[in-house]
Amino acid sequence: MSKGDKEVSTIRKAKHGGILTVIFTIISILWIAPIFVVLLNSFKRKAYIFTNPFSISAVSISKGFDRYMKGIDKAFCGLLNYSNAIEKTNFFKCFGYSLFITVGSVLVIILCCSMCAYYITRVHNALTRVIYMLCLFSMIVPFQMVMFTLSKFANILHLSNPMGIIVVYLGFGAGLAVFMFTGFIKSISIEIEEAAMIDGCTPIQTYFKVVLPILKPTTITVAILEAMWVWNDYLLPSLVLNINKYKTIPIAVQYLKQSHGQIDWGAMMAVLVLAIVPIVIFYIICQKYIIEGVLAGAVKG
Amino acid sequence: MEKATKKYFPIFVLPTMIAFAIGFLIPFVYGIFLSFCKFTTVVDWKWVGLSNYSKIFYVNGELDTTFLHSLWYTALFTLVSVLVINVISFAIAMLLTKGIKGTNLFRTAFFLPNLIGGIVLSYIWLMIFNSVLSNYSKTIVSTQWYAFWGMIIVVCWQQIGYMMIIYIAGIQNIPGELIEAAKIDGANAWQLLTKITIPLLMPTITICTFLTLTNGFKLFDQNFALTGGNPAKQSQLLALNIYDTMYGTTGWQGVGQAKAVIFFILVAIIALVQNKMTTSKEVEQ
Repeated sequence: MSKGDKEVSTIRKAKHGGILTVIFTIISILWIAPIFVVLLNSFKRKAYIFTNPFSISAVSISKGFDRYMKGIDKAFCGLLNYSNAIEKTNFFKCFGYSLFITVGSVLVIILCCSMCAYYITRVHNALTRVIYMLCLFSMIVPFQMVMFTLSKFANILHLSNPMGIIVVYLGFGAGLAVFMFTGFIKSISIEIEEAAMIDGCTPIQTYFKVVLPILKPTTITVAILEAMWVWNDYLLPSLVLNINKYKTIPIAVQYLKQSHGQIDWGAMMAVLVLAIVPIVIFYIICQKYIIEGVLAGAVKG
Repeated sequence: MEKATKKYFPIFVLPTMIAFAIGFLIPFVYGIFLSFCKFTTVVDWKWVGLSNYSKIFYVNGELDTTFLHSLWYTALFTLVSVLVINVISFAIAMLLTKGIKGTNLFRTAFFLPNLIGGIVLSYIWLMIFNSVLSNYSKTIVSTQWYAFWGMIIVVCWQQIGYMMIIYIAGIQNIPGELIEAAKIDGANAWQLLTKITIPLLMPTITICTFLTLTNGFKLFDQNFALTGGNPAKQSQLLALNIYDTMYGTTGWQGVGQAKAVIFFILVAIIALVQNKMTTSKEVEQ
């Protein structure tokens, strides 16, 4: 395999690899530059964010070097935006809710949906076929179709809190998860499970001791896909949750914009940085799994 | 074995199915029902037949073009975003499979924006757009076309990295021998691309096209945060138009729900066409 890969890469190898590397370095830096612009501006005074977002000084360099250097002092305000933003949005609380909802939903989705998928692949009857078809069907239904009724039902059933929304996420996310798990379980040979059962395992024991460990690759894929969805989701939590009490990070960002459209851009820049940092850390730690997960999800979905 | 497992239905399936009923099935069925009713909450419904559906296009006997406008605006937006995203991500993927130094690092950089959610992403770009445009005394919502291209840039930034990953995987699956054989037969770079790479990449191209198609069609967050549908609802994509009808005007929830049903049917048609195309491709191989 590795030998084959090597051959392929020599066949495809570019003639001007060095030039391409330089070009791509520049493009890559430009590509993530918006994030650095936000980072830079998060330390600047509100007044200077819009006058020149790409500069570090309040004064243009054409007005002389001395004044430019003095302008740097004038433009920056240290961590003022951050303290402002954290206070305005109650950021750490939002972060906690986002984390709780994401981790909780992902764990519940993985556990419940893999069990459901196992059952409907191993037991063949009309009911399991109907369940599978319903799961497939739910994947093509856009959220707008159910948003009104779903949010009202969630309200009636007292699910408008971080615990309750996990149930909603399980319900709305079940389609994809069940679909991906069934795809994988179909490919596992049944003999191992039969052996476990003959050795005296109940179906529950068989599932947790034999099947679940084998499911690990798909579990990671599903976890990544669902986590990306839940963490970044805006519309569902904004309709289901009691907004006055519980805000996730996307909701906190959106609510920095006041009803008449005014935005405190200093605080906004700081909140954006605070929202991006956890994602970047997560990405750096789990990069391999994220890219594999995305790939598997795209090909199957 | 099947028999032994069968008894455990309540443990294996019931939790998911209860949540599925609450989170999807009941809201979906009830949503279709409510599209034929006038209501403000889910309990005070009054059957009105098809009047919600006719109200989408005719209000008080006059033609209302808001929905039609957002329909073609969405169609155009989807078309442009599908083309731009796929062409650019394919080109980047081609260059990043040539074994140049730093490929992994570039891939990492290109993919990063995809992990950032639509709302956060939109505010990053709203700041950049408005500060650049302020030099010309314009904003991103000066006209619907500023909004249009603004949203295109945002979704490109978000999705090119994602599609690039899929294209890279597809290109790496093409057997090297084929390319070598074509080279020995004297094929030039253009012939290699059009006669070997693209035909063999058709399954991947189909996947990416449909992913970008549904993403574009269902786009909400970026539209909501970046333009809010301004100026004067002119930049409303379908999803935002439905949201606005449902929550922006009291007494119009029924019309919003009817629009949602139409929206669902359109999305379902796209998904069915995709399913047909991908399964027929699989048979060919």
